[in-house]
Amino acid sequence: MESNGDGASRILREIEALKDEKARIEEKILDLEAQLQEEASLPHQQQQQNESVCNGCCPSVSAADANLAHGLTADSIYRYSRHLLLPSFGVQAQSNLLKSSILVVGAGGLGSPALLYLAACGVGRLGIVDHDVVELNNMHRQVIHTEAYIGQPKVKSAAAACRSINSTIQIVEHEQALRTSNALEILSQYDIVVDATDNAPSRYMISDCCVVLGKPLVSGAALGLEGQLTVYNYKGGPCYRCLFPTPPPTSACQRCSDSGVLGVVPGIIGCLQALEAIKIASDVGEPLSGRMLLFDALSARIRIVKIRGRSLQCEVCGENTTFNQQHFKDFDYEKFTQSPLSTSPPKLKLLAPDSRITSKEYKERVVSGEPHVLVDVRPEHHYKIVSLPKSLNIPLTSLEARLPEISSALKEQEEGTRSGANLYVICRRGNDSQRAVECLRNMGFDLAKDIVGGLESWANDVDPNFPMY
Amino acid sequence: MEVKTEGDNLPTATPVVKDGPSVQIKVLFFAKARDITGLTELSMEVSSGSTTQDCLNELVAKFPSLDEIRHCIVLALNEEYTTESAVVKDKDELAIIPPISGG
Repeated sequence: MESNGDGASRILREIEALKDEKARIEEKILDLEAQLQEEASLPHQQQQQNESVCNGCCPSVSAADANLAHGLTADSIYRYSRHLLLPSFGVQAQSNLLKSSILVVGAGGLGSPALLYLAACGVGRLGIVDHDVVELNNMHRQVIHTEAYIGQPKVKSAAAACRSINSTIQIVEHEQALRTSNALEILSQYDIVVDATDNAPSRYMISDCCVVLGKPLVSGAALGLEGQLTVYNYKGGPCYRCLFPTPPPTSACQRCSDSGVLGVVPGIIGCLQALEAIKIASDVGEPLSGRMLLFDALSARIRIVKIRGRSLQCEVCGENTTFNQQHFKDFDYEKFTQSPLSTSPPKLKLLAPDSRITSKEYKERVVSGEPHVLVDVRPEHHYKIVSLPKSLNIPLTSLEARLPEISSALKEQEEGTRSGANLYVICRRGNDSQRAVECLRNMGFDLAKDIVGGLESWANDVDPNFPMY
Repeated sequence: MEVKTEGDNLPTATPVVKDGPSVQIKVLFFAKARDITGLTELSMEVSSGSTTQDCLNELVAKFPSLDEIRHCIVLALNEEYTTESAVVKDKDELAIIPPISGG
């Protein structure tokens, strides 16, 4: 009996081990098949479009054997069955989707959910453009990325996530910044473009490029607690420039890295972008063209506003436009919008070197006990996140009104010393502190100096444990 | 400033014209316009026959920083695209929509 029991458990263990191995091998095969599909498709993408669905993973005979006129494979029928069951979607819309190609520009807050849904729903070829790397402060909203990918290119991370959801579609990685030099070449490879970028010059550039190439554009944006969504350049509808011929002033351009954003807000807009792209690709329903959706998270309100049609005077898509591919290549979008295409914050240089000190110098002065006042000009809600000891928070916007507070703080420091107290100004990155020092010097605070690079440089050069945000 | 902070009741702006008929409109602010005014909406009384441009002028007078985004907004009257020459009627809803760029 005992030997029998031993034998049985040995066999069971062996079965388990073999099953594990089998699973590993199957996983490896799937992975290799996906790779093969991608390798094979790159040189002849046009031809690939129609075939990509059944390449590799399933024998191509099955569709013919089952006499399926729509060309969906058995695997596809099962995978997308819930789409096929929708009377208003069905086989026709799904096979349209499988034959379509969509480019998502930006794998961030908007691009994350858009890409996940587009991959899942069976878009035949899905392109991703991004040049950033995954950072810890992305994780609260860029849900396509996982902690394991921090420091790695977003395109790699997003592509891996899409492939793990759907290994039967083609995912194309464009690991580069979109510029006028490469935009025509990249966008021309796709049927539909999804703008999931985070800055004004990119939005103008992508819209213009879509007009020149005749591609519909699904444009989404999110900031703070608000989101916007529109489909541009669709069947004679308006383009981004028809609505906004004049770019917003730089002061009105806000970034998530400055103004903040509630993570789920771009998530919602990104999902809606996926929805609009799916509608256009599958030729179902009424795309949001000529209308703009405004999402207000705090009041839980969605408004849809009818917007203007195509403008006859539009510089890019109007009646007498001469705007063409060459104009596009030569157009300077950073100059036009006066803001950079990259998301990196601007570095101001307002002050002369003798009006500034480095964070290391400031540290030395604190250690030596120099009498001084440190004014932190960040907004109050920034100050609440983290601040340097004994700093006085006077936001830049209320600086002029609160000068007396600085004067009295200086006086307090000067008590018992023969020389005057110094005045230093700090902010997050060293731009607002320069503006503040300029203002202070104009108001008679001749000793005011700013700390170069702000708290960011303090964290980099003085105290690596200082929390950054 | 006559505009009170936002609560359940809409803040109201002082009537521009004291004599003659006037109309009451509701102004909705979005994105940057919301930051500038600190309001999501505002009830405003303007003389009848006023255009959306008149309303905008009035708003810029009240919130001077609105001027910087004035030429980069979508205007909607009762959720429909409008131009600055459209005449506002009583109980109209004027939406001021600057573009958002973030993502």
